[in-house]
Amino acid sequence: MEVAAAKALGAGIAVIALFGVGLGIGNIFSTLIATVGRNPAARDSVFPIGILGFALTEAVALFALLIAFLILFA
Amino acid sequence: MAAEGKTIDALSQFELAPALGPIGASVNFTQSNLFMLIAAGLILALMHYGMRPAAVVPGRLQALAETFHEFARNLVVEQVGPEGRRFFPFVFTLFMFILFGNMLGLLPFAFTFTSHIAVTFTLAMIVFVLITVVAVSLHGKKFLGYFFPEGAPIWLAPIIIPVEIVSYLSRPVSLSIRLFANMVAGHVMLKVFATFVVLLGGLGAVGPFIAVLPLAVNVALVGFEVLVAFLQAYVFAILTCIYLHDAVHLH
Repeated sequence: MEVAAAKALGAGIAVIALFGVGLGIGNIFSTLIATVGRNPAARDSVFPIGILGFALTEAVALFALLIAFLILFA
Repeated sequence: MAAEGKTIDALSQFELAPALGPIGASVNFTQSNLFMLIAAGLILALMHYGMRPAAVVPGRLQALAETFHEFARNLVVEQVGPEGRRFFPFVFTLFMFILFGNMLGLLPFAFTFTSHIAVTFTLAMIVFVLITVVAVSLHGKKFLGYFFPEGAPIWLAPIIIPVEIVSYLSRPVSLSIRLFANMVAGHVMLKVFATFVVLLGGLGAVGPFIAVLPLAVNVALVGFEVLVAFLQAYVFAILTCIYLHDAVHLH
């Protein structure tokens, strides 16, 4: 297989991790919305935790993206 | 990828170049260092000139400075507890430096110094060394108990202890890569869509009309990047606080 084709395929495979990240972020926000819907008074204390969870989950996506960039350009 | 010989060159924006002419070149003073100095100067100026009136009813600058101060103080007190107040200057400095670095990078022709792993890893290592020193100096030998929670069955020790040690050692890595990857990914995305505008714009008569689409995406992306710039500074600060909490209270 040509190296360029292998690189493109590898970068594509590397970002399969986004499957899990999408599930995770969706899960975080659906739970956040459900929580605030049930108990609107908890909004202020729950919101920062939700944002923190979002940022931590998003970081996994960025790790995958970084690997894809490394395969493509480095 | 190429149209009329133009290619998408997304990574050249992160290359270092000497700043301040021949004097800067002789001591390897790059634009990254220049923007670190600018960020530090802006923070000092905001704190100095913002707080100089010290009015009961704050003006615009003073309100900004007080908002940042109060935000970071609440963060530290809520996460670490009242005894964590002595770490407030450290967390506040870290938060402001990263926030200003991220925000300055969004200005045209500016350089994002937080998009270099060398910078973010140094910041993360400062945090890592600090939490280890704090934990050891506060708890001495009991700090080793951090790696094996009380009450866990002893036969689980061969599994739990390596896992805890690896998770402890991976803190600076995840902390630095998160910030660095967020900044790099954001700026690469902006550059890619900006290149789409140029490529489509040179595509004959209808090109400029289609080129409006990536331009609109780019406008939305800049707004998103402002959010990310704040969020990543916040996440870095809050994780520092959580690690400090672990160091002060040991679980």
